[in-house]
Amino acid sequence: MDSYNFHWNVVWDAFPQLLSGAFTTLHVSVLSMLVGIVAAVFLALGKMSNSKILSFLSSVWIELSRNTPALFLIYMAYFGLGAYGIHLSPYLSVFAALVFVNGGYLAETFRGGFQSIPPTQYNAARSLGMNRIQAYRHIILPQMFRRIYHPMTNQFIWSILMSSLGILVGMNDLSGETQRLQSSSFRTLEFFIVAAAMYYVIAKLVLFAAHLVSKRVFKGELS
Amino acid sequence: MIEIKGVHKSFGDLEVLKGIDLDVKKGEVVSIIGASGSGKSTLLYCINAIEAINGGQILVDGVDVHDKNTDKNQLRQNLGMVFQQWNSFPHLTVLENAALAPQVVKGFSKEKAEEIATKELTHVGLGDKLHEYPTKMSGGQQQRLAIARALAMDPPYMLFDEVTSALDPELVGEVLDTLRLLRDDGMTMICVTHEIAFAKEVSDKVAFFHKGLIEEMGTPQQVLENPQKERTKQFLSKVL
Repeated sequence: MDSYNFHWNVVWDAFPQLLSGAFTTLHVSVLSMLVGIVAAVFLALGKMSNSKILSFLSSVWIELSRNTPALFLIYMAYFGLGAYGIHLSPYLSVFAALVFVNGGYLAETFRGGFQSIPPTQYNAARSLGMNRIQAYRHIILPQMFRRIYHPMTNQFIWSILMSSLGILVGMNDLSGETQRLQSSSFRTLEFFIVAAAMYYVIAKLVLFAAHLVSKRVFKGELS
Repeated sequence: MIEIKGVHKSFGDLEVLKGIDLDVKKGEVVSIIGASGSGKSTLLYCINAIEAINGGQILVDGVDVHDKNTDKNQLRQNLGMVFQQWNSFPHLTVLENAALAPQVVKGFSKEKAEEIATKELTHVGLGDKLHEYPTKMSGGQQQRLAIARALAMDPPYMLFDEVTSALDPELVGEVLDTLRLLRDDGMTMICVTHEIAFAKEVSDKVAFFHKGLIEEMGTPQQVLENPQKERTKQFLSKVL
């Protein structure tokens, strides 16, 4: 058996393109995560609401996002909507699909977080004259986010890794760039090893940033 | 003045309040006693509109609490409430707990809100705990925090819902001392309580609740020392 000869200089020469791909990966996952968090708050509240319509619509989103492959959702955003004359760029298709999935998954996490806060906290806030929005803004949401913070960072990592599915609709993310570079240079193993290492670094960076944020934002202890 | 007129309240088929009439004048301390499930706490929840009522009327300084057009958030600013479970906000310091509502509800500056909060916290003996987190404190301290937090909104009325029931026995005294302090300040208070001796000491009026009705009402001497109704006598013989 011939042994494989590694040629790292090809990868090194292409490093600027890989970095640019990594930036797109980070970009689409951070943005889809942030928008997904906002969506998830409304979905969780919608599912818990007394309004049957709101609850039903939230459930549909949550069920579809949790029980269908992310790949299909990206395809549907890119090719499916295209059939209706709505042409999303590869970036927007991946972004939309990730927001949809992040929103659905996080909604269930958030719902658990909301339900773990004693209802008397809400009553105490209202009894001080706070309206519904003030009570959520100052009392319920800060405690909810604190409780679900670590599960939420898991979803963040998922988001980074799943953005690699963008390769299938031609997005120029880290996977897309890697695919393109290895197919023109035939240095498959080198490029994928380096790309994997870069995914690892991105994930660790995001976790580290999340850790710093949590130390700064979360004060005191939960009861 | 708080005027409670023929108030009915049901949870599903269970009628918890069956026509309550009670007036609380400015500066009065009214204690409500009675067995668990007699509707005492429910009445407090109805007074500050956390619970809706099914009949009757509650007026606070002439404002109909349960009228659709009444601004409940405005109304609750006049009715400080302290719960059995103290409900301190665990993510905020003691000072932030008490300064939050003056800031976000009344729109005071942070400095002014903290000044008011510091004053009330010092009043209840927590002046040295301002920057601690409530979960580090005892139940008695957290309950005093809850009282100061309500006082920081400067309400003319205070509602106390069994505020010593969840406390360890050795912590009850410090909370009752705080209530005495408020009584001496001239605060108008409705206290749902199981502390009969305390009710006897501080109240202008005691109401004994039985199965959703006021069975007997009068001065502490009348109701607690010389009860006329058989049920009042039975209840007192069990708890005293």
